[in-house]
Amino acid sequence: MSTTLLRTIQLNQFSLLGTALIRRRSNNVSVRCCGSQTATTHEAKQTPPSRVAPKNHKSNKLDEILRDYEAVIGIETHVQLSTLTKAFCSCSNNYGSYPNTSICPVCMGLPGALPVLNSKVVEFGVRLGLALNCELSLKSKFDRKQYFYPDLPKGYQISQFDIPIASGGYVDLDIPLEFGGGHRRFGITRVHMEEDAGKSLHSDTEDYSQVDLNRAGVPLLEIVSEPDMRSGVEAAEYACEMQRIARYLGVSNGNMQEGSLRCDVNISIRPIGQAEFGTKVEIKNLNAFSAMSRAIDFEISRQALLYDQGKADQIVTETRLWDEGAQKTVTMRKKEGLADYRYFPEPDLPEVILTQEYVDSIRASLPELPEAKRRRYEAMGLGMQDVLFLANDVSVAEYFDAVIGKGAEVKLAANWIMGDIAAYLKNEKLSINDMKLTTQELAELIAAIKDGTISGKIGKEILFELLAKGGTVKGMIKEKDLVQITDPAEIEKMVIKVVSENQKQLEQYRSGKTKLQGYFAGQVMKMSKGKANPGLLNKILLEKLNAKD
Amino acid sequence: MLSTLQPPRSLSLLPLRRFQCSKHIVSAASSSSTAPVTSPPQSQILTTRRSLLSGETTAVEIAKSYLSRIRLTEPQLKCFLHVSENVLKDAQEVDQRIAKGEELGPLAGVLIGVKDNICTEGMPSTAASRILEHYRPPFDATAIKKIKELGGIVVGKTNMDEFGMGSTTEASAFQVTANPWDLTRVPGGSSGGSAAAVAARQCMVSLGSDTGGSVRQPASFCGVVGLKPTYGRVSRFGLMAYASSLDVIGCFGSTVADAGMLLHAISGYDRFDSTSSKQDVPEFQSQFLSVDHFESKPLKGVKVGIIRETLEDGVDSGVRSATQEAASHLEALGCMLTEVSLPSFSLGLPAYYVIASSESSSNLSRYDGVRYGNQVMAEELNKLYECSRGEGFGEEVKMRILMGTYALSAGYYDAYYKRAQQVRTLIQKDFKAALEQNDILISPAAPSAAYKIGEKKDDPLAMYAGDIMTVNVNLAGLPAVVLPCGLVEGGPSGLPVGLQMIGAAFDEEKLLKVGHIFEQTLKGSSFIPPLLANVA
Repeated sequence: MSTTLLRTIQLNQFSLLGTALIRRRSNNVSVRCCGSQTATTHEAKQTPPSRVAPKNHKSNKLDEILRDYEAVIGIETHVQLSTLTKAFCSCSNNYGSYPNTSICPVCMGLPGALPVLNSKVVEFGVRLGLALNCELSLKSKFDRKQYFYPDLPKGYQISQFDIPIASGGYVDLDIPLEFGGGHRRFGITRVHMEEDAGKSLHSDTEDYSQVDLNRAGVPLLEIVSEPDMRSGVEAAEYACEMQRIARYLGVSNGNMQEGSLRCDVNISIRPIGQAEFGTKVEIKNLNAFSAMSRAIDFEISRQALLYDQGKADQIVTETRLWDEGAQKTVTMRKKEGLADYRYFPEPDLPEVILTQEYVDSIRASLPELPEAKRRRYEAMGLGMQDVLFLANDVSVAEYFDAVIGKGAEVKLAANWIMGDIAAYLKNEKLSINDMKLTTQELAELIAAIKDGTISGKIGKEILFELLAKGGTVKGMIKEKDLVQITDPAEIEKMVIKVVSENQKQLEQYRSGKTKLQGYFAGQVMKMSKGKANPGLLNKILLEKLNAKD
Repeated sequence: MLSTLQPPRSLSLLPLRRFQCSKHIVSAASSSSTAPVTSPPQSQILTTRRSLLSGETTAVEIAKSYLSRIRLTEPQLKCFLHVSENVLKDAQEVDQRIAKGEELGPLAGVLIGVKDNICTEGMPSTAASRILEHYRPPFDATAIKKIKELGGIVVGKTNMDEFGMGSTTEASAFQVTANPWDLTRVPGGSSGGSAAAVAARQCMVSLGSDTGGSVRQPASFCGVVGLKPTYGRVSRFGLMAYASSLDVIGCFGSTVADAGMLLHAISGYDRFDSTSSKQDVPEFQSQFLSVDHFESKPLKGVKVGIIRETLEDGVDSGVRSATQEAASHLEALGCMLTEVSLPSFSLGLPAYYVIASSESSSNLSRYDGVRYGNQVMAEELNKLYECSRGEGFGEEVKMRILMGTYALSAGYYDAYYKRAQQVRTLIQKDFKAALEQNDILISPAAPSAAYKIGEKKDDPLAMYAGDIMTVNVNLAGLPAVVLPCGLVEGGPSGLPVGLQMIGAAFDEEKLLKVGHIFEQTLKGSSFIPPLLANVA
């Protein structure tokens, strides 16, 4: 049988290369197109994942049962940091490399190798801690969390135990209108620094396993929330906000599919009015926000039904996996008591000492965060739908800010970005940073329409050309001679010509078929190559059509 | 009854031809305690340098003489787990540099033994453990890298207690090393191979590691100088960790000057070890004046505190009187001697064993048979761990892993590990206070001279108790030097006893100065083991 179990894990210590494992295609995805649906610029509006209602046959009876219970949800989020090198050695930190090519004696846990802290990890920890309104520990330390697993080279993970770098914060977010809307504040228990483990790859036949240590030693920040969420939607929105903040701060690409953002959910339910928590169940393997929302709602229903049937004792402390195919959670392992990780202070690393000046300098360098952006957009008069759309993606928000910074009217800028531009990007599968339309030109375009230089219709045409080819609004107007005709005499000339050339239609119009006004307008517009000012055109046209000559 | 014997000094015994002379001297020593005083011990490093530069001999010739001595003595001593195949080649390179008139590093041609828990690239490095049998690291420890850059030649890897856990070198998975002074006795440990190799002149100097006394106690047992630097003075990168907060790489030499010069070579900040210190490394060599340049009271005004608790019950009378005589010698050199008390002294041993075992239980987790080292195949993952570690580790190591795992377990952490750390703070405070009043503190290096092989093998507590003199220094992170100060009865020609001098953090310079003057002026003592005579 499996006598070769794990034998293949043995690495050649001289070449530092393992046997060829699974070669993973480098998912060279842009921040916006991957990771989550809510993170993409337009899909977010069309199919935000957390909007998906649990499909587990919510009968009316179940609804009734659910009314009597309250869910208590806490989330542990692991954010993989986008530092150039790993947390404790100088190996490069790049996702998707050939297995066991980004490793060294330190991250392989060879005898005698010692960790040296990458200062970027601390900087990112401070950034995230501040962004989550946490108290920072000016003096924190690393601890060893000990357990055996083949993908954990040292037999312990360097983490932070009793003194995390940041603790006691909160995050504010807005629930989308489709889910009832409203503002929420969820508590953040702590943020701590740690290293990732390698990856175990199990053969299909299950008779051997292989280990890829490229990920071993990659820096992580773990964010632990207070048990403040009450529904799948709230939990998914919380996770989504973590991703948004990580991306705003530039500490992580936040891509869930690459495992750069991983969420473990702890969930229990209790009869409404009960103060004590129920038995806690952990759900893993949630690699999309939609899955998180559905898994939680499924789990709430499952537990509520058990309560209702008097089988509450069947809710046990365990880890469950979300089975995407079956749309349900299944038992992964039951926990027998608490695992004892035998934490103790890491003697190979000195304490992490932060000065107030350092913290202040990082605070001063923080970008405007999602919550502040949303409140600002709201104050600018945008509706919540627009606010959530624009603030969702940091690149979109920055683009929007740049456009209005150049004087474009707020509502118009929002409409262009959310409408035609978003649609274009979606079709072309581009991110807003990849398109050729600069913020300067969009602002000019909006201004040109507003001041009547060009018509809205022409504006749209120009927009698509600018998106595809780039260039300037002024140049294009000039090149194509697109300046709107606003001279009444010139328009009148064209109107007279059109009317005189369409005597038959004129008679019909005058005999009551007034709908033909549109036909005439169209002909004039055609003659002007679309440049005639529509208001002026219609005004003059009506005068001529109704004139008694 | 034990008494201090003071046989005469002997030659420094650099080349083999001189080494043969010692037969006469040592046998004279055993027959007479009032033999004529010979010249003080000479630095082998400086002697080597002089004879290479003057063309008196070549590095290859010197290396050959040492290799032949290894061949002669090794069957009885078993100091080395591995002797390098490249010694002569490395020596040739030194000679070529000399021939070309190129600059010579301060360790050019110096033959250095390296404890087997210090990584040497491509050379077996097993920490004397079955679990790392045949393991060859892909990199040099920082200390080794520095030694090679300065022209030093690694002779081979020396035997030790597995992973440094032991005080006799009997806990090696591969062989038992004998004490050159008496082949039926242990050389001490855990750096027993490195100490015995220097005592037997199988190499000129050697590296050991000191977690609770593993350099100083074997130095005392083998009659050589053992230097434990301040924690952080020497990079630990490439030292296989036993207890990370206590481990330091230390130096052995047949003179204080040799140990000091080797320390100088390996000291300094290393970006690969974040616990290494950025403190400046002073030029120790200026301290090693030749005896003709000493003033009449060369240590005038140096305040020496003798630690009262180290001379109480449990210390052999011979050791006690040797220590007291050493103290008198220091007084004669001009030192001001006072007795000091370290109230926390007796708490150190239990605190040490809790901390060291706890850290080791974690540090040794990486030896799981998955990536390197011996793997025992199994049907299932936990079995693989159990069998690989069960068969790979020796009894002492397993015991300490179990103790450490227990001490760190939930519910016991506060009672053991945390409490031990509190004791550690107390000990640091007591030492600090005593060293504010005194320049150095002195004590015996061990409660007894070398004991018989097997004597304490089945009584770990008795063996642990032997570490009482040294563990506190590790808990406080301070530097200390042990140097031979006398002989007690035992073996064919007496057994050496070491004096421990403890200094303030990063003040190795003062320790070396006092140690050197003490050594060069110690009348009548020679610390050449009789074995050298016997094999010749």
